[in-house]
Amino acid sequence: MAIKEPERIWWKPYTWDEKFWVAVALLWMLTTFTFMPVYHFIGKQNPPFETYRVRNPEQFTALVDAMVEKYKVGEEEGIPVVHPEPGSDVFLQASMWQWYPILQLEKGKTYRIHVYSLDIVHGMSILPINMNFMVLPDYDYVLTLTPTTSGEYHIVCNEYCGLGHHMMVGKLYVK
Amino acid sequence: MEFRTCSFTGLKIHKPAEDLIKWNVITAVLFLTLGGLMGLLIGITRWPSVHYLDPTYYYRYLTLHGFDALLVWIIFFEVALVHFTSAVLLNTRTVIPSAGWIAYSLMLIGAIFVNITTFAGKADVLFTSYVPLKASGVYYTGVIIFAVGALTAFGHFFANIIQAKRDGAYKHSLPLGSFGMAAASIIAVVTLAHGAVIMIPTLLWSIGLIKYLDPGTYRLIFWGLGHPSQQINVCAMVAAWYMVSAFVLGGKPVNEKLSRTAFVLYIFFINVASEHHLLVDPIFSNWHKIINTSYVMHLAVFASMVHAFAIPASMEVALREKGYTNGLFEWLKKAPWGNPAFSGTFLSIIGFGFLGGTTGVIAGTEQFNIIRHNTFFITGHFHGTVVVGTTLAFMAFSYLLMPYIFKRELIMPRLASVQPYLYFIGVSMVSIGMMAAGALGVPRRHWDITFSGAPFSFTFDPSVDMFLSIMGLGTLLAVFAGVIYVVVIIGSALFGRRVAP
Ligand code: HEM
Ligand SMILES: [Cu+2]
Ligand SMILES: [Cu+2]
Repeated sequence: MAIKEPERIWWKPYTWDEKFWVAVALLWMLTTFTFMPVYHFIGKQNPPFETYRVRNPEQFTALVDAMVEKYKVGEEEGIPVVHPEPGSDVFLQASMWQWYPILQLEKGKTYRIHVYSLDIVHGMSILPINMNFMVLPDYDYVLTLTPTTSGEYHIVCNEYCGLGHHMMVGKLYVK
Repeated sequence: MEFRTCSFTGLKIHKPAEDLIKWNVITAVLFLTLGGLMGLLIGITRWPSVHYLDPTYYYRYLTLHGFDALLVWIIFFEVALVHFTSAVLLNTRTVIPSAGWIAYSLMLIGAIFVNITTFAGKADVLFTSYVPLKASGVYYTGVIIFAVGALTAFGHFFANIIQAKRDGAYKHSLPLGSFGMAAASIIAVVTLAHGAVIMIPTLLWSIGLIKYLDPGTYRLIFWGLGHPSQQINVCAMVAAWYMVSAFVLGGKPVNEKLSRTAFVLYIFFINVASEHHLLVDPIFSNWHKIINTSYVMHLAVFASMVHAFAIPASMEVALREKGYTNGLFEWLKKAPWGNPAFSGTFLSIIGFGFLGGTTGVIAGTEQFNIIRHNTFFITGHFHGTVVVGTTLAFMAFSYLLMPYIFKRELIMPRLASVQPYLYFIGVSMVSIGMMAAGALGVPRRHWDITFSGAPFSFTFDPSVDMFLSIMGLGTLLAVFAGVIYVVVIIGSALFGRRVAP
């Protein structure tokens, strides 16, 4: 009994229904266990893993500024809109409470988007497709992605980053 | 010696163990009250048509809700279970009761530190306090004191069972309820060690003695604390399920071998799961992520499936032995649905499995995680595990503790008998509403999804409003049921009719 010490011999043989349930459960678990890594290779979308330490924040900011200067095509609400070379390395910088700059990507081209935070931890949520990545200070996280649907996207912060957290909304265009 | 015999269970109860259980339970319930009040306030803030608090208070109360409900309520109750399963259930004593009181005091002092600092606005960092977000040093000190107290309390479990063995209280193996709490206590020791590894440097950093803490490493070790502590909760919850089945129905697992193996699987196979909090963090290699989604977590899930079989089976066998043998399901119809200890346990099993468990396995997959991480879906998932599952199980168990330990009858038994149903429905609405909204991209920990004051605004799918309203209505129902619970438990403890000793 669950509340009494079991009799000396409690490792009794399993009954058929126990064996059946254990077999079904184990089989199911082993299936998911093996299918998950398999899906990593046959599936089309995996979490990015490429990452670098940023020892010097100014270096990252300099890269962002250089990109903005070279490829700026407009401005919205004071934030530059940038149309970088298709298929290049692009930069996105998070800070309290702004995503900088607004990127304009081309459909079908593969980009390496470097995301980085200048201050504290932020969360990058690309809406409405609902894709989510953490943005940490001191880490350059490289999201290698190929936009497949053109349109206007929003980037919302989804990790608490202080009182202005809900105002941290940026934009992303795919043309 | 200071023993009495319980007139319901025939257990011999040691007075100091009884006192420790009483105080830990009452303290737990008081913090649940506070946590639940915060739950109400933040719940109606996230309900768009009410949007009650302003942002400062929303984040402040969210910090307190996470801390008081997840840590303080749950761990105080688990400490009560430590004494219940390592002394009362073995018909023996709690050794060195003073250690129990020291643990209790440390936990209480730590919890009070954290609450006061947070109410004072010095720690608006949410209970995860991701660096470099910084709280006052008092906050981290409180967390550390609380953790040291909890460590002492779980350590007490081992002292008790060693002494019990010497006293001949058990000969070969522990009863299953104690065995489950042994698993919980083992995991607790490992987990709280992680807590020390991360919280002590964070304290030093917050007062300026350490210059730099790596935000990625912080998240890694924090979840080395945060995830396995959910495994403590699962073990304690399952132990409570088995015990309620045994106390209320006389149920015993058809095969103890199976149930015990499942607890051992929990100990070995859940800890790496911490990494599934970090699947979209910039700190792991591809292989970490692949291995993490497929690794032995599935053996821990397998363990849950074993318990999900063994406990209902033990109930069925016990009820059939009482003569409810007609057809396949007479036993289920004739189960004591009016007994809140039973109904709460049953609903906890259902809710934990279907609301919490399944959604957790889904969100822990690397590809799914991309579309769920930090959305409201996650909050919905863990209200399924830790509220419908653990909290409801503990509520159910506390209805048994009233006559067994407090020697009081329940006041308002009619109200008590509907409480688990109302709480179950309310929290399920909260959980499902959150999950549905999260699947459409609504972020967690977010004051305003209309983004007032932002340079750009995003408009969610219109159905989000409906899902968040379901959550809001569920909040009201859950809080109502929570109030019934608190009134019944505190009321019974103070004013319930005394039962014969
Ligand atoms: C009356 C019942 C409850 C209601 C209505 C409720 C509601 C909520 C709401 C609305 C949030 C905020 C989510 C957000 O805005 O991101 C939340 C967060 C949370 N709740 Fe509850 N809750 C309840 C009970 C509990 C209990 C009993 C526990 C623990 C055992 C718990 C644990 C948590 C945790 C850990 C969080 C996350 C805090 C964070 O993100 O920092 N809740 N809850
Ligand atoms: Cu942010
Ligand atoms: Cu934010």
